Amino acid sequence: MKFYAGVDSGSWTTKAAVIDEEGHVLGTAVTRSGADLAAAAERAYATALANSGRTGDDIEAVWSTGFGRNTIPFADGSRTELDCHGRGVAYYLKGPLVVIDVGGQDAKVIRLDAAGHRLSHRMNRKCAAGTGSFLDEISLRLGIDIGELNALGRGATESLELSSFCTVFAGTELLTLIRSGKRPADLAMAAYRSLVKRIVSMDVLEGRIAATGGVVAYHPIVVELIGAACRGEVVVPPHPQEIGAFGAALAALAACEEHDTSDTAELVQP
Amino acid sequence: MTELASTNALRATMDAYYRSLADAALRKTAPVAWCTSAGPVELLRALGFAVHFPENHAAMMGAARTASRYLPLAHAQGYSQDICSYLTSDIGAYLAGESPLKAYGLERAPAPDVLVFNTNQCRDVRDWFEWYGRELHVPVVGVHSPRSIDDVTESDIDSVTRQLESLVAPLEQVAGTRLDDARLMAAMRASRDAARLWGTCLGTASARPAPLTFFDGSIHMGPAVVLRGSDDAPAYYRTLLAELEQRVENRVAAVPGETLRLYWDGMPVWGRLRALSTMFAEFHTAVVASTYCNSWAFADLDPAEPWRSVARASLELFIARSEAPKERYIARMVKFYDVDGVIFHDCRTCPNNSNTRYGMPGRITERLGIPTLVLDGDVNDLRCFSDEQARTNIEGFVEQLTDARGATSARGSR
Repeated sequence: MKFYAGVDSGSWTTKAAVIDEEGHVLGTAVTRSGADLAAAAERAYATALANSGRTGDDIEAVWSTGFGRNTIPFADGSRTELDCHGRGVAYYLKGPLVVIDVGGQDAKVIRLDAAGHRLSHRMNRKCAAGTGSFLDEISLRLGIDIGELNALGRGATESLELSSFCTVFAGTELLTLIRSGKRPADLAMAAYRSLVKRIVSMDVLEGRIAATGGVVAYHPIVVELIGAACRGEVVVPPHPQEIGAFGAALAALAACEEHDTSDTAELVQP
Repeated sequence: MTELASTNALRATMDAYYRSLADAALRKTAPVAWCTSAGPVELLRALGFAVHFPENHAAMMGAARTASRYLPLAHAQGYSQDICSYLTSDIGAYLAGESPLKAYGLERAPAPDVLVFNTNQCRDVRDWFEWYGRELHVPVVGVHSPRSIDDVTESDIDSVTRQLESLVAPLEQVAGTRLDDARLMAAMRASRDAARLWGTCLGTASARPAPLTFFDGSIHMGPAVVLRGSDDAPAYYRTLLAELEQRVENRVAAVPGETLRLYWDGMPVWGRLRALSTMFAEFHTAVVASTYCNSWAFADLDPAEPWRSVARASLELFIARSEAPKERYIARMVKFYDVDGVIFHDCRTCPNNSNTRYGMPGRITERLGIPTLVLDGDVNDLRCFSDEQARTNIEGFVEQLTDARGATSARGSR
């Protein structure tokens, strides 16, 4: 049995995944990216290895993805997160698919055909609205830990709207609502609605939809609201936060298989 | 990337132009007119003006990445961050008392005797020139062109022709000379020849591998913009064309190992021209052609019919057209250059040169079955451009096109 690994160096967190040659996930890890991306990648990889019960010597190849994909010294190759998120989701779900990835710093909509090949992608504009940063900002304004936001939103009873396109303006709107005595639970829900409104305006979201990313992993409300906006079911694949790292591991596996095939092909050429 | 040897000749040509501009301003060898890049420059040349192009001036600041120093100065004057960053760079540089032409002895842009605009590109050029008109107490004249034109009609041409003719008297007054028909015809011939040669140069990129890229074109289009109406422009393009034809014959690639070919619509990101050029080359991807560089190929100028042919050319310009002719134009270019995909630059401060905002990328994909990518950025304001996001977008697009090609050939081999 051969083993492969992927590391997703994201803006907030670095994820790692170890898989076997059939694509089964043996171990994953998530760590803060911080300012030293290479060190974060080392940490995440070491933890994922430990969680998988493997050592570095067992691994055939490690591929990287994420915005820091080119800063990981031990990576044997890299693919963009657009590729790896699509690849990771396509392993679990049959296409055609629309993959929505909501990360800390960006949001992506990736279209895949029936075979899992990418047809197009859209990324958010240079703006925090529609990303995890927006939820962080809102949590700060509400004076709570981001980990409490989803539970807080569950208690919403009044439907409030944040109409602004801009994170700073939305923060100001929030202050106005706080001053007018609105409940934190309703404000939290309003923030989620605002985030989702931004995401669903990135592309036409029809057909089978899958949601991934850290925001999706920790804020199930976002998935429900996307589903409501698109009037359809939104599927969350296993380990949605580490799906990019998983996709990178699958890319490593594919590259090694291709290499093996081409070696063989070379041998049979006249 | 393979550097063009003609770059030396280009540098000499542009240096001579900037020196002549400095001479006109400092030693009063000629009256100075400022002109918009698609303005009636042939008329100005025929009247003996040295012609300065504020758009070129602003692009120099963009390429040198000094624009970011000047933009806030114009914004503080009440010029929004959302309007043309050429305008705000240029006015900001004036307010700072600086100019990229310092190397030619000019502390500021050469003082104008008259400002001449054509609104075929956008309304911003008029506001831009009127700011200087008020500041410097210099006459501002121009052509108020219709915009967003479907088919160019005879009445559109009549209107612009009459406006062009009406510029003659005030410009003669500033120049202190009468318009000489022979000089006008000579300027028209030089413009036409330069435009045709430039168009032919750009057309060489239909070859595989392409001998030049959009990034080369953005630099080498300098004479087609600032030396229209002068014999120096066709002279330069003969040199460039010879080199490009030689490259095509010898299969010399601008991007060694050219694998993918792309088309670029929209403005360059001047402050990242080199970085983007290097990035695409790293991906063995040649951005072989663009709407932008081809916009200065006014091939139908006719010296025998100067006014009407200038009017027609200025109206037929891509940027002056409505969505339908723009879409047809891009479709023609995509087919002619046989590209794998189209990149649309959504230039934050130039809605007129951003063809992303009314569904064009989707329509092009649907019409031609070709993938498109929208890149957010700006011509001069680098605060509107994210290096990381651009890289991921571009690299992701290259992956997508490469994988699609692999899938197609795999299917074909079965």
